[in-house]
Amino acid sequence: MDKTGIHPGGEGVQAVAHGHDPHHDELGFWRKYVFSVDHKVIGIQYAITGLLFLLFGFTLMMIMRWQLAYPGRPIPLIGMWLGQTRAPMGIMLPEFYNQLGAMHGTIMVFMGVVPLAVGGFGNFVMPLQIGAPDMAFPKLNMLSYWVYFVGGVTMLASFFPKGGAAQSGWTSYPPLAIISDGQTMWLIGMIFLITSSLLGSINFIVTIVQLRARGLSYMGLPFFVWAQFVTSFLLLLAFPPLEAAGVLQLMDRLAGTSFFMPSGLVVSGRPLTISGNGNPLLWQHLFWFLAHPEVYVLILPAMGIVAEIIANNTRKPLWGYKALVYSVTFLGFMSFIVWAHHMFMTGMGTTMSAFFQTTTMIISIPSVVILTALLLSLWGASIRFTTPMLFALAFLPMFGIGGLTGLPLGLAPSDIHLHDTYYVIGHFHYVVAPGTIFALFAGVYYWFPKATGRKMNDVLGAIHFWGSFICINIVFMPMFIQGLSGMNRRMYDGGAQYAYNAGLPLKLNVVIGMAAWTLGLFQLPFIVNFFTSIFWGKTVDKNPWEATTLEWSAPSPPGHGNFLTEPIVYRAPYEYSVPGAAKDFSPQFEPEKA
Amino acid sequence: MNIPYTVEERPDTGLTNGKLGIWLFLASEVMLFGALFSTYIILRTGAPEWPHGELNVLLGAINTVILITSSVTMVMAWATLKLKDWAKHRLYLIATFALAGIFLVNKYFEYKDHFDKGETPAHSTFTAIYFTLTGLHGIHILGGMVVMLYFLGPGTKLWKKNPDQFTNRIEFTGLYWHFVDLVWIFLFPVLYLL
Repeated sequence: MDKTGIHPGGEGVQAVAHGHDPHHDELGFWRKYVFSVDHKVIGIQYAITGLLFLLFGFTLMMIMRWQLAYPGRPIPLIGMWLGQTRAPMGIMLPEFYNQLGAMHGTIMVFMGVVPLAVGGFGNFVMPLQIGAPDMAFPKLNMLSYWVYFVGGVTMLASFFPKGGAAQSGWTSYPPLAIISDGQTMWLIGMIFLITSSLLGSINFIVTIVQLRARGLSYMGLPFFVWAQFVTSFLLLLAFPPLEAAGVLQLMDRLAGTSFFMPSGLVVSGRPLTISGNGNPLLWQHLFWFLAHPEVYVLILPAMGIVAEIIANNTRKPLWGYKALVYSVTFLGFMSFIVWAHHMFMTGMGTTMSAFFQTTTMIISIPSVVILTALLLSLWGASIRFTTPMLFALAFLPMFGIGGLTGLPLGLAPSDIHLHDTYYVIGHFHYVVAPGTIFALFAGVYYWFPKATGRKMNDVLGAIHFWGSFICINIVFMPMFIQGLSGMNRRMYDGGAQYAYNAGLPLKLNVVIGMAAWTLGLFQLPFIVNFFTSIFWGKTVDKNPWEATTLEWSAPSPPGHGNFLTEPIVYRAPYEYSVPGAAKDFSPQFEPEKA
Repeated sequence: MNIPYTVEERPDTGLTNGKLGIWLFLASEVMLFGALFSTYIILRTGAPEWPHGELNVLLGAINTVILITSSVTMVMAWATLKLKDWAKHRLYLIATFALAGIFLVNKYFEYKDHFDKGETPAHSTFTAIYFTLTGLHGIHILGGMVVMLYFLGPGTKLWKKNPDQFTNRIEFTGLYWHFVDLVWIFLFPVLYLL
């Protein structure tokens, strides 16, 4: 032990010490694994729940893809079990297709990606990376998870009452959303999910501001922490307007108000007896005021994960750390003033469109800066092609395609042609599926040793990666062709009604379907790998990737309270291959003359 | 395991965790009510006519005075605690709780009057936004009362164990309470007078 009171190294010493960790309170099963206040347990709860919801949301899509590829044919395997109100004789009803579409979006965004990226990785990794013993408010953290859980269960349960789940898209535009079945439970579920995110974001910000270890300045934070920091502000400030909008829509449905209902509506041949004078565009403004920052909530933690993994596997400092930090902050601010680029086609006026397309072009600059900095970090590196690195490397071109295809949508004139076509679906899925979800997989492979003390299998990892990478591109790339040729994104027969004139774009539905189901098969290696590695994976010491950030100074898995001695930070987060150093990584937690 | 800076301030930020937390919470509340006020503006500017004089201005004004008074008693509840005057603190906190209760009773009579006249939320966009804004505000009042009740009852145990932390919690309750008060100070002119 040197005079600063830090263990300079010595895995053996720490491993033995861990066995007698005085902070390791003996708790019962329920307090330790279920109603835990430990940020790592909560993070793992979030991550596993999020992964299950991702799988469920993906399954919904695989069912939809059958209907699009082979409209009107009975769904194989599970068709018979779906019931008369959903798929009589296994043939999907249009109402059920709409439910699947709405719930796929909702589940993937609010119950899958955000809980995994923010609740899971944020909770597990962020306090470790800043050298904190836990989150600032551990009980509030537990509450966030359970509120999320209740929201998730509410959403799942909404499939079962008469009329089924919400069916007006994840965007829930009125007046359709207000007059169709299932929406009430969707709104109640959303209010739970929003509340959970709000509580979580307060906790994250306070933790980052207050609980940084000694010596850790803002510009010494790993980029992942910066990404979580900005994400938390987006959640904190953008979600409340959607909560307000949710309350208003609930009022419209339950109390008969007309916030979003214009006068003179006629439904099924009968005029609605409501007071009217409401404004359907108001919902869209309130919704997108959240939902555009939400896009950045989906992507920023992914960028954070990728940055960590790239620095670690290139054995070089990140290229342009400061530029990355300034860009991500600027991106956060800008994301609040671009929302109406989703609404060019609503008739809100050309002045508004001009403003929002300008801000949209401006926000693409920091995104490109981030992507470029990550790409330049690869330059001249001797790259370690580990499993997490494969996913992180794939993120770069995939997010690049997703981002660049967004530019024509951000400009009002080209958006007129592309709006509501499969092009839009291709665009945002490139951002969130092979973009964000690949980064999340990278994160699972990368931090799995920290959470369990064991590594995941690299062969299964490679199969998972290459299979997913090829299939997912065959799923989404043809959608650009379909969209450019004008195929509408919401037709439940995938456009078969226009078959006489459709040609190639229609045939692509079969290709996409095949690729989507194969993509499903290629997730099996991951599932097998995940569960077998928990028990039989190769055991590793506390820093298997030879990384520099603080989480790798804690034992694997870290006990309650995280660190054995108070961590002190001596240097910037990515000091790899420092000239003159004894080894090619100089961790933040090791003093200069270690 | 102890979380640092729950009671003492972190030197470089000058904040306790709770204080930063409550301010962030209030920031999100500003966005929540901000969205509802924006809704009010958009509905009103888009409406062919907007009703005037439908609300009981006298009751509204009385309620405004009650809430402002309750803000004063809330500050006193904290200030007396800082001076370690437990008896006076109890008195002021009970007064704040009582004033909040009177506010809700008044609100109940207002609501009842509207419902008796058939002015339900479905009656017009004005009644819709009126009931939503005041209803949500009422829920916030109720939430504040629950917190105060906690610090009048089971929460007092903390005073013996850690008086500084208890004082901080009363301060945070006060910050929230002033915010709820402030929302009403916007609501009253917007709904009753304009």
